[in-house]
Amino acid sequence: MRFVRRYLIPRLIQYVLVTVLGITMIFFLPRLMPIGPVEKMVANIQARGAYMDPKAAEETIRALREMYGLDKGLLEQYIAFWRRLFTGDFGPSLVAFPTPVNQLIATSLPWTFCLLLTTTVVVFIIGNLSGGLAGHFKRSRILNVVDGAIMFLAPMPYYIVALTLIILFAYIIPLFPIGGGYTIGAKVEFSWLFIKDVLKHAFLPAMSLILLGVATTHQIMRLIVQGVNEEGYVQYAKIGAVKESTIFSRYVMRTAMLPQITRFALGFAALFSGALVTEVVFAYPGLGSLAYRAILASDYNMLMGITTLSIFALTTSTLLMDLLNPLFDPRIRLT
Amino acid sequence: MKTLRALLRDRRFSLGAAIMSVLVVLALLSLLAPYDPTEWRVVPRDMPPSREHFLGTSSLGQDVFWVLTAAIRNSLLLALLAASISRVIALTLGLVAGYSGGIIDRVLMFINDGFLVLPLLLIFVLLAMILKEQLSLLTMALLFGLMGWAFDARLMRSQILSLREREFTYTAILSGSPALKLIFDEYLLFVIPLTMATLIGNMIWVTGMEVTLAYLGLTDVTIPTLGTMLHFALNYQAILLGLWWWIFAPIGAAVALFSSLYLLSMSVSEYLDPRARIQRVGAS
Repeated sequence: MRFVRRYLIPRLIQYVLVTVLGITMIFFLPRLMPIGPVEKMVANIQARGAYMDPKAAEETIRALREMYGLDKGLLEQYIAFWRRLFTGDFGPSLVAFPTPVNQLIATSLPWTFCLLLTTTVVVFIIGNLSGGLAGHFKRSRILNVVDGAIMFLAPMPYYIVALTLIILFAYIIPLFPIGGGYTIGAKVEFSWLFIKDVLKHAFLPAMSLILLGVATTHQIMRLIVQGVNEEGYVQYAKIGAVKESTIFSRYVMRTAMLPQITRFALGFAALFSGALVTEVVFAYPGLGSLAYRAILASDYNMLMGITTLSIFALTTSTLLMDLLNPLFDPRIRLT
Repeated sequence: MKTLRALLRDRRFSLGAAIMSVLVVLALLSLLAPYDPTEWRVVPRDMPPSREHFLGTSSLGQDVFWVLTAAIRNSLLLALLAASISRVIALTLGLVAGYSGGIIDRVLMFINDGFLVLPLLLIFVLLAMILKEQLSLLTMALLFGLMGWAFDARLMRSQILSLREREFTYTAILSGSPALKLIFDEYLLFVIPLTMATLIGNMIWVTGMEVTLAYLGLTDVTIPTLGTMLHFALNYQAILLGLWWWIFAPIGAAVALFSSLYLLSMSVSEYLDPRARIQRVGAS
């Protein structure tokens, strides 16, 4: 009971409040801007060279505003937005009108989910292992070489790594396709041939994410492990002649993993916001590409949908992490 | 001066500072540019590097070298401006929340946590989509500055929390000095180093965001920055056409900028506090 009152309820309240705050912000911020999406759309149409006399333009703006429900007061819109949100409805997409945003998200989500799930798990395992080893066995020459390479890689902006991979492995040595989720025209089916095709297309995007992810995770883990190594209990175990491998796996890694698990959970949240730049660079058909297409077409509803989804994912995984942390770390008192 | 000498002893700091000085010199050179970097078709198109054009020319008919100098200048200015704005916010919030504690602290930190969970890239995209043409260097700096303070405000607050328990705080309070005077005269000195360290970290973040937005074609692409240069090079298929100098110039400059800022921030924060290393790497 104490657990529920002292630990669970405050966190649940914070979860709800932060989620509401986040969603409220993404609702109001764009609406406070001097130009609305509708004006933007009409301006886009005019920019493409279509002639519109001012009256027709005015009329179009009015009609569109009414259709999207933007002609009502801010408060009224806000309430309507929440009402629709509770039924899980983000309204129709403005590009692919009248296909609902939900449906478009549902077709893109699996692509992003599979790609990012794989890379997040791989990064977690490789990055922590190599970082832990490098932090613990500081005299190893191989590990020092790895460390130096990672020093160089870690500050690289993502798109540069991605572009380099494309130039190297798609243009110069054409091992992998330049982009896309599968060969254009291939039949989407559950066959070995199709799966092989998908994997081949996903390889470079996954590689780019893994390279940079491992680099950051490695660096953080190395620092944490170095800190843990200074702790009294590790020194004591060394003096007590506990086997070095036992010290590493049972004493050092176990403690050092704790903050990394939190990072892992936050990485999970990204499964729903997608890797925007990755998917654009590699033309991968996931949520990021969907968001990009929405950007190009000023598809307001779609972006709201994706942003809301990713806020939910982020706050929910933070909450879950808070609730699960006591399981991993017996030192956290449930108060 | 003593600090600087101690920092220069660190190889990473001197290397980072050296790269940064080269970049600053390049940025200053932009003032001497013979061509307007926003003009198109001022030189022959698609020329490889030669004595006349150090870094060749682009398909837009621009001299890559001179555009690059302007781009470096603008990117540096933007990063500095945006990071300064968010420093002011982070510092104020951290000071107020950390010093007053209680309900004010809780409310401010709640807002802070709200900002932390926002998917900022998507929000910038959403805003940039609407603002596009208005997104000049100044508005972009404001946008990044107003959104990018949450993580560092928490750092500031924890620093103030520890200062509040120090002896001199009690001395000051007991001798009746007002809270504002205490904050500005005593605390500010202590948090300046941390402010500098987070400033560099924030500049990396701002540049990254700018390049990402420009890369997607969401900023005002007529202003030369590292991001918009990359945007044009990619849009005109510089790789496919074999115009390597066009694409490698912004990439090289970006790599240099990121590495130098990274080296500087790593060395500075290590100098300030060995334990801060962990937090800083986590923020990037």
